[in-house]
Amino acid sequence: MTILIFLLLAALTVGCAIAMVAQRNPLYSAIALIGVFLGMAGIYVTLAAPFIAAIQVIVYAGAIMVLVVFVIMLLNVEEEVRRPIRLRYLIPLGVFLAALLFAETAFIIYFIETSAYNPPPATQSNVGLTASVGTGLFTKYLLPFEITSLLILMAIVGAITLARRVPALEVGGRRMQAATTESEKPSAAD
Amino acid sequence: MFDLKAYLPILLMFIVAAGFAVSQVLISQLIGPKRRTPTKLMPYECGKDPVGSARERFSVKFYLVAMIFVLFDIELIFLVPWAVVFKRLAGPEFGLGTLMYVEMMLFIALLFVGFVYIWKKGILDWSQAARQEAEAEAEMLAGQSGERLRRAA
Amino acid sequence: MDLSNPYIQAALQFLAIFITFNVVLMIVAYTVLAERRILGFIQGRLGPNRVGPGGVLQPFADLLKFIFKEEIVPDKSTRFVYFLAPLIAVTAAMMTLIVYPFGPRVTLPYFGQVELVIARFDIALLYVLAVTSIGVYGIALAGWASNSKYSLMGGLRSSAQMISYELSLGLSLVGVILMSGTLDLYEIVEQQSGWYGFKWNIFPQFIGFVVYLTSAIAETNRVPFDLPEAETELVAGFHTEYSALKFALFFMAEYINMFTVSVLATTLFLGGWNVPGLALLFSPGSIPFAVFSVIGFFVKVFFFLFLYIWLRGTLPRFRFDQLMSFGWKFLLPVALLNVVLTATLVWLGVL
Repeated sequence: MTILIFLLLAALTVGCAIAMVAQRNPLYSAIALIGVFLGMAGIYVTLAAPFIAAIQVIVYAGAIMVLVVFVIMLLNVEEEVRRPIRLRYLIPLGVFLAALLFAETAFIIYFIETSAYNPPPATQSNVGLTASVGTGLFTKYLLPFEITSLLILMAIVGAITLARRVPALEVGGRRMQAATTESEKPSAAD
Repeated sequence: MFDLKAYLPILLMFIVAAGFAVSQVLISQLIGPKRRTPTKLMPYECGKDPVGSARERFSVKFYLVAMIFVLFDIELIFLVPWAVVFKRLAGPEFGLGTLMYVEMMLFIALLFVGFVYIWKKGILDWSQAARQEAEAEAEMLAGQSGERLRRAA
Repeated sequence: MDLSNPYIQAALQFLAIFITFNVVLMIVAYTVLAERRILGFIQGRLGPNRVGPGGVLQPFADLLKFIFKEEIVPDKSTRFVYFLAPLIAVTAAMMTLIVYPFGPRVTLPYFGQVELVIARFDIALLYVLAVTSIGVYGIALAGWASNSKYSLMGGLRSSAQMISYELSLGLSLVGVILMSGTLDLYEIVEQQSGWYGFKWNIFPQFIGFVVYLTSAIAETNRVPFDLPEAETELVAGFHTEYSALKFALFFMAEYINMFTVSVLATTLFLGGWNVPGLALLFSPGSIPFAVFSVIGFFVKVFFFLFLYIWLRGTLPRFRFDQLMSFGWKFLLPVALLNVVLTATLVWLGVL
C-alpha cells in the first residue's frame, strides 16, 4: 500500500518536473513547479517527516511560488521562443552524465540491498514530528537558529534595496500607466 | 508515534474534492447551451470593445508585498515548533524556560527591527503621499515618455 | 467485518469523508439562502421566499439554473489555466474538512469507542495553514487567465490581501499553540473542557481571537474586506469572466472557506464541542452526551456564520490602501505582541 502511494506521488513529482522544464509558457512552468512541491511534500509524509512536508507546502508552494507567480504576472513574461540549440556538442556529454548518475544510484541501491546492515524502517521513528523538530532546533541547534534570524533580516534589507530601485529604471513609462490606473480606483470608491 | 495510516484521509479527501470539482466543470461543458458570438466571447469592459491587453505590467508594490510575505512566513514557521515544545521544555521536567524564552524573544526582536525598517522605508504605505512620490520618481526616470504619461493621467 | 483491517478502515474513512462532504455542501447551500433572507430582513424586504415553503428549495433551483446556463470561455483567455483555477479554489477549500473534530469520544454499539473526527495527525493545524496558502492560487490564476482588466485587478488585489492577512492569521494561532503545546485539534478541544466553559481559549487569548476573526474575514474575502469582488468598482473581480458551474465553484469555495474558518474559530477559541454543564446531565461517552455536544458545536459554528452575514448587512467596504495599512501596520504588530505576551505568561507559569 505504501509503495503504491509512493509510486503515485513519485509519478506526480517527476511528471510535473518534466512538464516544468518542457513548458514554454513561464506561468505553466510555475504551476508545474507547485505540483512538484506538493508531490515532494507527500513523499516526505511517507518518509515519516510530516513537519518538513508542512513546511514544504507552506513556504515553498505557498509563499515562494506566490512570489514567482506575481513576478511572472508583474513582468508579463512572454512565451519563450524556441531557438536552435547552440551547444550541440554538449548533448552526448549530458547523456553520459545522466547515465552515470543513474548507474551510481542503481549501484548504491544494489549495495545497500545486498549488505548485511539492516536499518530500522523509517516509519517507526519520531524524528520528523513537530515536537521532535522543535526540541532539537531550540536546544541542540540553537546557534544556527539564531543566525537564521540575522539571515532573514539581511534578506529583508536586501529585498527592499533591490526592489526599490531596479523596476522603476527598467519599466519606466509603462509602470507609471499601471500605477495611475490603479490610483484612480480607490477614489472612485469613495 | 508516527503513523502513516493517519495521513490517508488527506488522499481520500483529495480524491473526493477534486473528483467533485472536475465533474462540475465537465457537466457544465456537456449540458449548457453553446451559442457563441464574437461579441459574447470578448472580455468584459463595460460594454465597450476592450482597449489593449489586460496583461499590462502592474505596480511593483504587489511584488514587494509578496517578497516580505515570504520572509515573515519563514518567521511564522519557526514560531510554530517553538510554541509546540515551549510549555513542555519550560516545565519542571526540563527547566529550559528562560533559555527558550530569551532565544525566541531575540529572534522576534531581530525580525521586528526588519519590520520597522520596512515600515520606515514606506513599503507598507499605499497612501496618496507614497503614490505621488513614486509618480515623481518615475516621471524623472521616464524622460522622453513624459508626454505619454501626461496623456495617460 | 473485521474493524482492525486497514482496508476496511480506509473504506470507512472514505465513507465518513463522503458524508462530511455532502453535509458541508448542504450547509453551504443553506448558508447562501440564509444570507439572502437575513440580508433581506436587514434591508427591510423579504428575500427569496417563492421556491418551496419559505424559500427552502431555492438552493436547488439555483443549482439547476447554474447547470443549464451557457458556459462562456472568453477568446482571449489562457484556456488551461482558466479551467484549472476554479478547480484549485474549490479543492483547496474542501481539503481541510477532514481535520476538524466535531464531537467527543463516544461508545457506539458494534463500533466500540469512536472519536468524532476523521483524521488525527501530528501537523493538523499546520496542514490547515498549508492548504489555505494553496488556495491563493485559485484566485490569482483566475484573475490572470481571464485576460480581462477587472479580473486581473481583482485577482491581484485578492492575492495581495490574502497573503498579507495570512501572516496575522498564522500568528494568532501561535498563542493557542503556546497554551496547548500541540497541533492536534482534537487534543486542543479536549484541553478546553471543564470549568463550565471558563477554560475556553477565548478568555486567555482574547487578543488572538479578535486578530484571528478579523484576518479570517479578510482571508475569505468577505465584507468589509471584499475588495477583490467589489461590485461597484471591479464588477465581480477575479470571477468577472466566469459563468455557469465554474462560477458556482468559486461561489462554493468562498462559502466553504467561510464555514471552515468558522469551524476553526469554534475549535480553537470557543471550546469546540464542549457544552458548559453538559457533563452534569449525561455521562461523558454516552450517546446523548455526544449528540448534544455535536449540536453545541454546530450552534457555535452557525453563530460565526451569522456574524459574517450580519457584518455584510452592516459595514461598508475598506479602501485598498486602508486595507493594506490595517493588515500590516495594525494587525501584524498586534498579533506579534499577543505571541510575546502569551509567551511571557507561559514562561512565568501563569497560563
